[in-house]
Amino acid sequence: MADSKTNTEAYLRMYRQMVRIRTFEDNANQLYLSAKMPGLTHMYSGEEAVAVGICEALTDNDRITSTHRGHGHCVAKGAEFQQMFCELLGKEEGYCRGKGGSMHIADQSHGNLGANAIVGGSMGIATGAALRAKMQGADDVTVCFFGDGATAQGLLYEVMNMAALWKLPVIYACENNGYSEYTKTDEIAAGKITARAEAFGIEAFEVDGQDVLAVNDLATKLVARARKGEGPFFVELKTYRYHGHHVGDINREYYRSKEEEQDWKANRDPIIRFRSWLVEQGVASEDEIEAMNAEVKADAAAAVDYAIAAKYPEAHEVDMHVFTDIEHVLA
Amino acid sequence: MREITLSKAVNEALAEEMRRDETVFIIGEDVAEAGTPFKVLSGLVEEFGTQRVIDTPIAEPGFMGLAVGAAMTGARPVVDLMFGDFLFLIMDQLCNQAAKIHYMSGGKLNVPLVVRTNLGATRRSAAQHSQSLHALVAHIPGLKVALPSSAYEAKGLLKTAIRDNNPVVIFEDKLMYNDKAPVPEEEYLIPFGEAAVLRDGTDITLIGTSSMVQVCQKAAEILAAEGISAEVIDPRTIVPLDEAALLKSARKTSRVIVVDEGHQSFGITGEIAGRINEKAFYHLDAPVLRMGAMDVPVPFSPALEDITVPTPEAVAANARKLMSGEMIDAA
Ligand SMILES: Cc1ncc(C[n+]2csc(CCOP(=O)(O)OP(=O)(O)O)c2C)c(N)n1
Ligand SMILES: [Mg+2]
Repeated sequence: MADSKTNTEAYLRMYRQMVRIRTFEDNANQLYLSAKMPGLTHMYSGEEAVAVGICEALTDNDRITSTHRGHGHCVAKGAEFQQMFCELLGKEEGYCRGKGGSMHIADQSHGNLGANAIVGGSMGIATGAALRAKMQGADDVTVCFFGDGATAQGLLYEVMNMAALWKLPVIYACENNGYSEYTKTDEIAAGKITARAEAFGIEAFEVDGQDVLAVNDLATKLVARARKGEGPFFVELKTYRYHGHHVGDINREYYRSKEEEQDWKANRDPIIRFRSWLVEQGVASEDEIEAMNAEVKADAAAAVDYAIAAKYPEAHEVDMHVFTDIEHVLA
Repeated sequence: MREITLSKAVNEALAEEMRRDETVFIIGEDVAEAGTPFKVLSGLVEEFGTQRVIDTPIAEPGFMGLAVGAAMTGARPVVDLMFGDFLFLIMDQLCNQAAKIHYMSGGKLNVPLVVRTNLGATRRSAAQHSQSLHALVAHIPGLKVALPSSAYEAKGLLKTAIRDNNPVVIFEDKLMYNDKAPVPEEEYLIPFGEAAVLRDGTDITLIGTSSMVQVCQKAAEILAAEGISAEVIDPRTIVPLDEAALLKSARKTSRVIVVDEGHQSFGITGEIAGRINEKAFYHLDAPVLRMGAMDVPVPFSPALEDITVPTPEAVAANARKLMSGEMIDAA
């Protein structure tokens, strides 16, 4: 799975994973709009090629840390719809038994150390996972996903310094979607983002985050190098979020024009682009692709129905999991 | 009297103080054009410009530090900390720097700044966006802490905070931003250290802070219907604390429940209960009860989250137990 994607099976898997993310988000948005989902959530739609291109270069043993906009990372790292929707709805069968919700999904079985509601909050965690790998002679690599806005957090510079000093197997993946909440990136980031990593002697790359093959190609090379002890690396992926900052951010023309959104959706959509490439190259026919899309849609619909019907955690779970060694902390 | 929302009350307080004193400025994330995610500051940048309503990168320790420096040298910053949970990011600048500078300089340096932030759960925002952390800062000598419980308090306390020559942390209840209350058109201030008796009673005193004031008032109504006369007091600021008013009520009714949304252990409720115990012991007919948020991280699932916060029914039930002399299980 960690080789460059040069075969039909891998191409189709990447396409499928991107469609799965988009479909997951469409359903999550619907759940919000129909008031079936508690709270808010941040949609990953538009950024699919970033998570998929990178996670396809990783094994289950490799780790990632994710963000508040984390559904895409979670799906791309191998999570199942059913447990994800259950988590979004606060149900017992969710990945975190309903305790975490959208902003805290973690999937230990596939090496997803968790989404994070503190911007930049996972940078230490990712770097620490890489420190452990190096100390213990393990060959796993950790990818730290974060947004352009998160580059303003001082923690990044503390941990990049140590990662560079100690040659840790970590890849900092900056998803630059042009906005930090309701503010354009160039209003909150001085200089070039990659130059900050370079200042620590970290090799830094820029890649088109709407091109899944370009992302995967770069990620595959960097993961292989990081495994050999040549890390850390920094990648800035240029991408775009289609929805508002969160599902409730509907009237957003004061900070971002409809034309701009339309342009990205019509001309740079990662799924449409990859789909035409697949057809052009004869990897899949239009019919095969449509069938795959329909299958994913049906999977998602079934998972949503399941999650809606699933049960909430029992009240007695509320004081469980505070400590590892005390079953009920308030008993 | 006209009624306005808590959000509007805060907005008015800031606008009035910024008109009165040109050294007052606002600094924080998405405070200008976006007017914060809660839209509390809408319109201020239009009146005062981006020089005095300053959008920052997502760099909480950084802009908190800037505020301390600006305050020490002649400005009056009002820091907008988007969620109370982000206090953990600014703790060094707030607690090691701002809180101690006046004292360490032998009274020579002042740090007149305000941190405006919020508290409160049950918004389905999970463990990192739902905490009520006021006890944490109240523990640090040198910081004043205000807890408005309605639009009226929010305006009067914020204006006082801005004029105070010390660092003040003011916590608004996120769930209350759209709640309306009578607020006079004409200017008023609410002095720090003066509790408000919101309801007179003779049988039991309910001391509530912030979000828990409404809970206490509803509990008092439930109890009134049963012939139990509850007095409801809102301390409004916990540093300084109007101990005299609390003791007076405790001596009068002889039974007290303290209700606060911070975690119950090592929190505000214990502090207030301790003082009443020390200074009104011989007037008491029952142990002073503490009711705080459950000692667990705030869970996402509504099925769990709702049972972590004191409710009017739970307060009333405890009041009945105190009235009947039933022993209270301290857990
Ligand atoms: C420490 C911290 N500060 C502020 C916030 C509020 N917040 C949530 S997401 C966000 C913007 C993040 O922008 P970026 O890192 O570019 O990620 P994007 O949302 O664009 O994916 C902000 C300010 C937060 N969650 N944590
Ligand atoms: Mg961004």
